[in-house]
Amino acid sequence: MIRFDNVSKVYPKQNRPALRDVSLEVEKGEFVFLVGSSGSGKSTFLRLILREERASHGQVHVLGKDLARLSNWKVPHMRRQLGTVFQDFRLLPNKTVAENVAFAQEVIGKSRGEIRKSVPQVLDLVGLGGKEDRMPGELSGGEQQRVAIARAFVNRPKLLIADEPTGNLDPQTSVGIMKLLDRINRTGTTVVMATHDQNIVDQMRKRVIELEKGRLVRDQARGVYGYQH
Amino acid sequence: MRAQFVLSEIGVGLRRNLTMTFAVIVSVALSLALFGGSLLMSDQVNTMKGYWYDKVNVSVFLCNKSDAESDPNCAKGAVTEDQKKQIMADLDEMSVVEKVTYESQDEAYKHYKEQFGDSPLASSLTPDQMQESYRIKLKDPEKYQVIATAFDGRDGVQSVQDQKGILDNLFGLLNGMNWAARAIMALMLVVALMLIVNTVRVSAFSRRRETGIMRLVGASGFYIQAPFIMEAAVAGLIGGGVACAFLVAARYLIIDHGLALSEKLTLINFIGWDAVLTKLPLILATSLLMPALAAFFALRKYLKV
Repeated sequence: MIRFDNVSKVYPKQNRPALRDVSLEVEKGEFVFLVGSSGSGKSTFLRLILREERASHGQVHVLGKDLARLSNWKVPHMRRQLGTVFQDFRLLPNKTVAENVAFAQEVIGKSRGEIRKSVPQVLDLVGLGGKEDRMPGELSGGEQQRVAIARAFVNRPKLLIADEPTGNLDPQTSVGIMKLLDRINRTGTTVVMATHDQNIVDQMRKRVIELEKGRLVRDQARGVYGYQH
Repeated sequence: MRAQFVLSEIGVGLRRNLTMTFAVIVSVALSLALFGGSLLMSDQVNTMKGYWYDKVNVSVFLCNKSDAESDPNCAKGAVTEDQKKQIMADLDEMSVVEKVTYESQDEAYKHYKEQFGDSPLASSLTPDQMQESYRIKLKDPEKYQVIATAFDGRDGVQSVQDQKGILDNLFGLLNGMNWAARAIMALMLVVALMLIVNTVRVSAFSRRRETGIMRLVGASGFYIQAPFIMEAAVAGLIGGGVACAFLVAARYLIIDHGLALSEKLTLINFIGWDAVLTKLPLILATSLLMPALAAFFALRKYLKV
């Protein structure tokens, strides 16, 4: 699903690489936590998977494709097979909940009939049935994140990338979001989630990848947030 | 791609940027009106030049039957075959002459019809009212006087005319106006392009949230850019429409009505509606493509896809 081979990333005008010689593999259907302090390279790691950036050295394979060899005009097609969720939700404030989810289908040219069918379905799945016509501003943070997850999942991606999805939420709401992501993972969707939330990582007991100053320092199956000595 | 979705995006974009859109429309309209005006002015000059203007320097007009009755230069009657032969022979011997062409009454009638086809004067003319003439190309156009001295006042010659002398001043004026129009047009065009680039930049910035999300969910580059490009094209097309209306109104008000030059200057042949109408598709196409291209290149800089 994802394979990094000796990947390094150096941003222009910066001496210290954001990622150094990272090699790892994520299999289909896995749930992976990506942990590390700020500036450890988590965001760069995710940006490489989304091909917002290209690796300076090494190879990044996502969904069986070598991203270095993927031409620019094929990138949108690759991204359609990925779902993305962010800390700041990234919803369109002037569109309703249903319109926000439908937007992800409209821009890739899905037919109106398909959209009418799949939007209520996915909103039910994330627990927002009946709130189709509300505006994002009227919803709580947790509900807004559910809308974002619905939008990320509506096209049934094979891989879901979540960048601190619970970063703006209280612990109780976070648990709800994690249950939802777990449920999505159980449908066969691979989930890669960057997080700072120790409780969540410790509770879920999933694979943990830790980055420190751009290096991969830990890759542990059924791991916890911090080191166990 | 769903047309309705794209159209609503365009509408939103144009309204959000109303002042900027208006500025684009006005500058495109002005520059293209000047562009069309300059094209029409060239047409007008060409219409007025007539058949011989670019081909010869001097014309020797010979007396015809009606000149013999009315023109003192032709008091000795219409030109005879002998006189014509003599003139031709003399012209051949002159070293300043490069080429001489004889125009018969029928040919003169034909050329006149081509130039003044629709005017009331032309319809009442008959071929034998036309003059025969020798059309002379000189090696040095300044040597017009040599021909004038040799043939003015000779039997059978009605007049000798320096072809360019009559019209050159007028054409000089029209040409000057034409260049001025082109210079202003170029300036307005630059203004229009800069406005379009800036409009696109503001538009891309104010919609960065939408385009960011579009990118994330895998919308193609074209799909993301299309609303911006079409926004510019629509504004440009409106400007082009205004320019077309302006040209049509200008011909109507200056030539047909209003100033009504065609009634006051009956001897000048003005451009017809066909000349105006054939320019309109060109103007509309330019008004559509130019802003679209400008937007396309602006987006490469200001919109990450």
